[in-house]
Amino acid sequence: MTALLIAGGRIIDPSQGIDAVSDLVIADGRIARLGPANKPLPYKRYSVLHAEGMIVSPGFIDLHCHLREPGFEDKETIATGTRAAARGGFTTICCMPNTEPPIDTRATVEFIQKKAATDGVVQVRPIGCITKGRRGQEMVEMGELAEAGVVALSDDGNPVTDPRLMRYALEYSRLFGLLLIDHCEDVSLSEGGVMNEGWVSTRLGLKGIPASAEEVAVARDLALAEMTGGRLHIAHVSTAGSVALIRSAKERGNAITAEVTPHHLTMTEERVIGQGWDSTKAAPLPLSCYDTNAKVNPPLRTARDVEALITGLKDGVIDAIATDHAPHTDVDKMCEFGIAAFGISGLETALSSLLALVHSGKIDLMTLISKLTSEPARVLGKGEMGTLKTGAPADITIFDPQAEWIVDPAAFASKGKNTPLAGQTLKGKVMATIVGGGLVYKDESIKVEMREGSS
Amino acid sequence: MRTTKQREIEPSLAAPIWRRRHILDLDDFTGEEIELVLETADAMKEVLSRDIKKVPTLRGKTVVTLFYEPSTRTRVSFEQAAKNLSADVINLGASGSSAEKGESLIDTVRTLQALGADALVMRHYHAGAPYLAARHLDVSVINGGDGCHAHPTQGLLDLYTIREHLGTVAGAKVVIIGDITHSRVARSNIWGLSKMGAKVVLSAPPTLLPPGLGAPHFPKIVLEQNLDRAVEGADVIMPLRLQLERQKRGLLPSLREYIRFYQLDARRLAKAKPNALVLHPGPMNEGVEITPEVAHGAQSVIEEQVTNGVAVRMALLYLLLGGAQ
Repeated sequence: MTALLIAGGRIIDPSQGIDAVSDLVIADGRIARLGPANKPLPYKRYSVLHAEGMIVSPGFIDLHCHLREPGFEDKETIATGTRAAARGGFTTICCMPNTEPPIDTRATVEFIQKKAATDGVVQVRPIGCITKGRRGQEMVEMGELAEAGVVALSDDGNPVTDPRLMRYALEYSRLFGLLLIDHCEDVSLSEGGVMNEGWVSTRLGLKGIPASAEEVAVARDLALAEMTGGRLHIAHVSTAGSVALIRSAKERGNAITAEVTPHHLTMTEERVIGQGWDSTKAAPLPLSCYDTNAKVNPPLRTARDVEALITGLKDGVIDAIATDHAPHTDVDKMCEFGIAAFGISGLETALSSLLALVHSGKIDLMTLISKLTSEPARVLGKGEMGTLKTGAPADITIFDPQAEWIVDPAAFASKGKNTPLAGQTLKGKVMATIVGGGLVYKDESIKVEMREGSS
Repeated sequence: MRTTKQREIEPSLAAPIWRRRHILDLDDFTGEEIELVLETADAMKEVLSRDIKKVPTLRGKTVVTLFYEPSTRTRVSFEQAAKNLSADVINLGASGSSAEKGESLIDTVRTLQALGADALVMRHYHAGAPYLAARHLDVSVINGGDGCHAHPTQGLLDLYTIREHLGTVAGAKVVIIGDITHSRVARSNIWGLSKMGAKVVLSAPPTLLPPGLGAPHFPKIVLEQNLDRAVEGADVIMPLRLQLERQKRGLLPSLREYIRFYQLDARRLAKAKPNALVLHPGPMNEGVEITPEVAHGAQSVIEEQVTNGVAVRMALLYLLLGGAQ
């Protein structure tokens, strides 16, 4: 019997509406007791983790990340990606199928599950493809993938361009109750685009991706979901227009869900020019402009979009926060902006950047944590996840909302050092991550001591 | 007085305000700096009028031109400018360089620096490429045109040409016509002209006009979609090259219709001031954005722009590479 007492932390569990300073006891990999602990505990030996001044919450669930294995192990592996997740407080991550081979057969699903069991430190839940080879031609064998254990289907960065195929996929997937995650992008409108279309793209002479490229595709998918009753989840919503479309579809009572990334909630298109640039006047471009680390798809949008996304998140129009962690090598990013890879390595900065929204009073801590825990669990239809209820698997995140740190990509566990936040000071830091009762990440400042128990 | 020996540039120019290492765009130039470039170009133009159009100023310096995109006038203009100043010139294109073998831009430009380049003139089809190069180099980078972003030396030679004819750029009404969206010339000109006090008017169909132009993120400009109205009382008119591909991409219904609404012809030119100048960054599609009679007419200074380009680029190389030290 192994036991751990997390002592004196502020427990926030949105699944039970709990926000109280208390103790949490874990035994045999499950939540044993939430409440003031009688010491010593009734175990032979147990460990104590002092969490005074820290927040103890259910482990974070990421609905959308890229682990790159198999096929692109120079960018990330299951070993490095899950360690990055642990450092970011994520205990369960759903990995996208844009691997090589793509996750469109049972064999690839099982490869990832096996690799995650041997190399991984957090729970990995694969997402299968919607179409074979992510080519948008024929549906995958959804039944086989469901049996193999995928949590959802998505063609990831390849939107399903053929509306008829998307319709059939939404209809057929109902047979297995599978969630379909679509990257909403009208590729005709976005073709050749490398950043948001607006004054920044004009200023930099870069081809823009208009907001409508996303909204046209969101509108299509919502109409198809409404017609078919299929379970649609919209990936990385980035525009005010998309929020409005999803809001009205939800108001009509459709079972649609949506996610937003930390970077779309906290950054705007001006990041491509650089940090701290004065956008209120016609200032000259700095030498550091064309920052490829701010190149991401969907692109960083405008301040108005950011505000709408935050409002949508608070209102429940957007259900969950997902990182879209997209690690790349230096070679992929140290190049001309036009040919640089899209993506931000986001697992290790997600919580800290999101806490800025709490510190500035835009969102409360309970809501923020729900969007990282109970809400993504609900999107996946897995109520046993994202909770601190007695008996639930002991997946727990402990963080200090006040601790400041400077983002140093060289210190990332992820192979992807591609972040526009490098060198920035963030307030709030993950201190410990527990998966199935085991400590998979711990900040140096955290002390764990062994105690003799009463039995 | 005619001379047969190489002479130094006269007068010798001291340039206390010149602290610049790179020429990436005109957005970070002060009016004073632009004035210095134009005055230096005056001295260079005097050199060009000599029998022996060569001065020893940059002897022992090496200028590399690295062009990832085809170009005749800009590359040759820089080569000529460097040679007139007695610099050694190495010309590299994308084919023939290691770019074909997959070498990164950073590695390519660092190699050129290691080989002894003192200045790198760069044209690239990707916007921002000169900024990337400049971040990784100690030597000067001159942007010879990057994607749809900037073409600062073209902007400067246009300013020089306007100033030469009008005496000053300040107060001039300059109309830029056509494909603003894809034009690095238009962008650099908006900055340069505004800094020198010109009134910039843009005239283009909505599909060729990018979002967000004008204040607060750009200098103030006037948009006038109706070309007939736009050219009224203009001092300078600058039609841009219309890439024929734009029509195929669906931005325009036909060349015929573009010509009808946006071609600079004699009738429209007559609405401008009597001696209004006609500029064109080249290469021209005669019969599309401009009629041959206007392109080669009395008000056209298009060929002078080319000559002035050499003088302006000499001035820039001189200022960057130690002439001013």
